[in-house]
Amino acid sequence: MHNFAIFFASIFTGNILLTNYLGMCSFLSVSKELKTSLGLGAAVVFVMATTTPLNWMVYEWVLIPFGLEYLRFIVFIIVIAAFVQLTEMALERYSEGLYQALGIFLPLITVNCAILGASLFMVIREYTLSTSFFFGLGSGIGWALAIVAMAGIRQKLKNAKIPPGLEGPGLTLVIAGFMAMAFMGFSGMIALT
Amino acid sequence: MAKSKLRKTFLEPLGKNNPVFVQILGICSTLAVTNKVQNTVVMTLGVTFTTALSAWTISLMRNHIPSRIRMMVETMVIAAFVIIVDIVLKAYYPEMWKQLGPYVGLIITNCIIMGRVEAFALNNKPLPSLVDGFASGLGYTYVLLSIAVVRELLGSGSIWGIRILGSWWTNWSIMIMPPGGFFVLAIIIWVIRETIMKEESHA
Repeated sequence: MHNFAIFFASIFTGNILLTNYLGMCSFLSVSKELKTSLGLGAAVVFVMATTTPLNWMVYEWVLIPFGLEYLRFIVFIIVIAAFVQLTEMALERYSEGLYQALGIFLPLITVNCAILGASLFMVIREYTLSTSFFFGLGSGIGWALAIVAMAGIRQKLKNAKIPPGLEGPGLTLVIAGFMAMAFMGFSGMIALT
Repeated sequence: MAKSKLRKTFLEPLGKNNPVFVQILGICSTLAVTNKVQNTVVMTLGVTFTTALSAWTISLMRNHIPSRIRMMVETMVIAAFVIIVDIVLKAYYPEMWKQLGPYVGLIITNCIIMGRVEAFALNNKPLPSLVDGFASGLGYTYVLLSIAVVRELLGSGSIWGIRILGSWWTNWSIMIMPPGGFFVLAIIIWVIRETIMKEESHA
């Protein structure tokens, strides 16, 4: 039950992008086309749902017993980078179609702060293994939802007249602000703890 | 000659090549920590420290890093400095450390640092790299501080936790919540781009 609450909370009330501002860089630069943002969104869901529990295992079973908690930043980023690299190689070898769809986005993901952020939140909020899986999955879906919605809005705005200084990042931030306000409507439904 | 070049390296990230409003890098922390001036100051100190020293370190090692694994090496160096920031903060300011939460660790993935290392430190001598990193940190600092002052003043009527506006002021609580951050940054980017464009069309 708790896991499902966390799952939905991390999609809506505690959306990792709109309430914690994580993964903004790729959110601002890749949200021009609906198709590419769908691809990137799917890659983020997959990587986040797998690396968060993976990092949990490394943290609980290796770092804590040896008293090396302070090394978690380095270790987490290595785990994420290694996992992304492995996935890329596996996709390239076994699934041509999936590699075409997701492969180009995978290298971008290592530097996506939302992935590392999910792992760091998992440590701070002291989740269990299963909860961290649902949290990672939910956060990934929430991020994907936000970027796909943004890409849809930006495509509609393509022909609109915009003040030249506001074009690009400025307008994207304004839209993100409205989206964050819309998502605030969910707050109070479920708490993310 | 060398001195004027150093000066240029120092001044560029402050204006024409500002990491936040021109290159749009490091937005995550720009928005996340700017709801209070105090948090912002600590965060910017951490980022400036990390940017300057990792640029310097990478520049020292630039001829010895195999280019295929350079990203990994850079990340390691940055992470090492971030761990120092984290430990110092945890030891001396545990309250602040708690408030900043995961954002201290997220300095690692702050694109400003990686960007400066990749674009500058890999091809330049240690001293200019140090200056460039430090100036980028300063460029980041003053943009963040101006956002934080606006947000805290409008959102809680105070600056640095000291109440400035009297009791007649109704707090715009939206300002300290996520949407406020997006809007203030958008306005700043808009104003600055508009002025830069005007200057360019005059010139």
